Amino acid sequence: MKRVSLVVTLAAAAALSAQAASAQTLKTVKDRGMLSCGVSQGLPGFSSPDDKGNWTGLDVDICRAVAAAIFNDATKIKFVPLSAKDRFTALQSGEIDVLSRNTTWTLSRDTSLGANFTGVTYYDGQGFLVKKSLKVNSALELNSASVCVQTGTTTEQNLADYFKGNNMKYEVIAFATADETVKAYESGRCDVFTSDVSQLYAERLKVANPADHVVLPEVISKEPLGPMVRHGDDQWFDIVKWTLFAMVGAEELGMTQKNIDEMAKSDKPEVKRAVGTDGNLGEQLGLTKDWMVRIVRATGNYGESFERNVGSGSKLGIARGLNNLWSKGGIQYAPPIR
Amino acid sequence: MAIEPRKPPSQLIPKLQRALGGRAGWSGFVLQLLFVAALAWISYEIVANARANLQAQRITAGFGFLANNAGFDVSQSLIPYSGSDPYTRVFLVGLLNTLLVSVIGIFFATIIGFLVALGRLSPNWLLSRISGGYVELIRNLPVLFQILFWYLAVLAALPNPRQSISIFDSIFLSNRGLIVPKPVGQAGFEPFVVALLVAIVASIVLWRYARRQLFQSGKVIKVWPYALGMIIGLPLISMLIFGTPVTWEVPVLKGFNFAGGSRLIPEFVALTVALSTYTAAFIAEIVRAGIISVHKGQMEAGSSLGLQRGSVLRLIVIPQAMRVILPPLTNQYLNLTKNSSLAVAIGYPDLVSVFAGTTLSQTGQAIEIIGITMGVYLLISLVTSAIMSFYGWRISRSMGG
Repeated sequence: MKRVSLVVTLAAAAALSAQAASAQTLKTVKDRGMLSCGVSQGLPGFSSPDDKGNWTGLDVDICRAVAAAIFNDATKIKFVPLSAKDRFTALQSGEIDVLSRNTTWTLSRDTSLGANFTGVTYYDGQGFLVKKSLKVNSALELNSASVCVQTGTTTEQNLADYFKGNNMKYEVIAFATADETVKAYESGRCDVFTSDVSQLYAERLKVANPADHVVLPEVISKEPLGPMVRHGDDQWFDIVKWTLFAMVGAEELGMTQKNIDEMAKSDKPEVKRAVGTDGNLGEQLGLTKDWMVRIVRATGNYGESFERNVGSGSKLGIARGLNNLWSKGGIQYAPPIR
Repeated sequence: MAIEPRKPPSQLIPKLQRALGGRAGWSGFVLQLLFVAALAWISYEIVANARANLQAQRITAGFGFLANNAGFDVSQSLIPYSGSDPYTRVFLVGLLNTLLVSVIGIFFATIIGFLVALGRLSPNWLLSRISGGYVELIRNLPVLFQILFWYLAVLAALPNPRQSISIFDSIFLSNRGLIVPKPVGQAGFEPFVVALLVAIVASIVLWRYARRQLFQSGKVIKVWPYALGMIIGLPLISMLIFGTPVTWEVPVLKGFNFAGGSRLIPEFVALTVALSTYTAAFIAEIVRAGIISVHKGQMEAGSSLGLQRGSVLRLIVIPQAMRVILPPLTNQYLNLTKNSSLAVAIGYPDLVSVFAGTTLSQTGQAIEIIGITMGVYLLISLVTSAIMSFYGWRISRSMGG
């Protein structure tokens, strides 16, 4: 880990000193013929490679959608797996164009890293995974426990705040990657594994006997996860931001992967604007008129992507909850596409 | 006619010329000047460019972040630390943890290394083969793999705290580490320490006296019975007068973990064991090479003086071998220190893990933090080599060359 991070950091330092802040990400991506997308080192449901090396997941779909909007080809992507602590440096240095790696939106990250969050792909919160045999029913019973956590995450600070706030003692053991963290938890080095709840469900699939472990009911933080882009390129910021809105908007409009070709011929005014038969919204972004059609054809709308990757269509089986559309009791909401 | 004595030509200018320009004279000096100027210009460009680009992308720069609160906890700290301390404190915690592993690792690596080297040179067939096997096995496996082996295969296999292996219900070994009773100082603590110190100093004085006697008059004085008597006796007397120096805080299982007592965390143990055994394999070879480099005649001469094999090694061979051993030994010490940054793989909170890891990703100030961290490792390494050079200088001086 050390070596990788050092290389990335040195690359960052070199790139920062060599290259002027580029405001032409779209052009760079087009010239390269490929989008460079920073993802996790393997988090089922969000970004993980399958047995053939194809990356899938909710975070991956954001990149696929961006690639589809630009190239009309969702495979023109180079995925760069990053550990939690290397991710920002990779973005700063220009090694990746988009960071779509279950990253929590916070004020300090939005301001001091030279990068911006473009939206929220998944509303998450931090929770605790424990062995059922410990017979713990609430996080408030965790006094004196040993807790495994992945380093370089907001999780570490939330954990300190929560135990301090509830006057509980604990021991923290921080690992560089999620795999090492889970391994230590599984071996019994820790009583508790803490992370975002979605990640707990995903990592639980990796342990030997998932049914022996339970996610405690307490959610101790707000973790809005979203993609990030570099400062200084508003056009690129708009493209990534509106790609997510296009996926949510498509769900609001009822556009799906299946019916997209019929929808493209629809004469409903708001659908015509979306599919580009009316107006030139896509061109205003620097893309083509049919940008939304390309996106939906490649990844489906937000709801389809959610269900396929983390929802009922996946092993994770997470309920939509907060991530449902605003009109259906959740808080996913796209500004008007017009 | 008086001949005016010729003035010797002024030595100043040629001297200066030689000093500044080497053999090439003034033109060499100009070239050097140009080279230095170019270097300075390149470094200025790098700094200025990085600064401009950081500003353009509005990435925070500077060292102000060090005063901010860290907000996260650390599993092992030699100094009092809590999440509300600033990043400077985190830096210190990480640095001390790195130094702790390095110093203890170097200590054990040296001892194991010397023992294995002597074992390998031993006429005893079994001992020399076992030592040889140790060296070949350990030095040919990657050190990260060995760290993970000790951590995941050996220490993680220990039972959980509720079923820990206990000795007299006061020492507990589990997958949370080794927990031993903690001494708590009492009224008799200070006199006890003073008595112990006095005993040690007196023993050293006695030993030096005995040595002088040996060299001057050839009289052999047995020192150790007196030394032992003082080191045990004096503190004992202090205990009888001033009362017990410490009471022991026995660890008790409370909830998930033990409360009270002192604890050696498994991350520390795994890292120290792996680094010292790994480095010891290299040190063993260095020591062996050093001993072999001493001429056979020295050994024979020692034997013909009637010295035992151990004494020949200790008094004649090893002091001469040290001159050969020392420089590569220093390299191994530096390697061990630098390898300690592999701690990040097993969650030991060393400098790279808590400072160049967690702190970096929380603040995003890669250039500053990596700069500080590199500076620190450089400083540790330079100090280590300075100490070793001093030691080497003393050896060569004592041997007259």
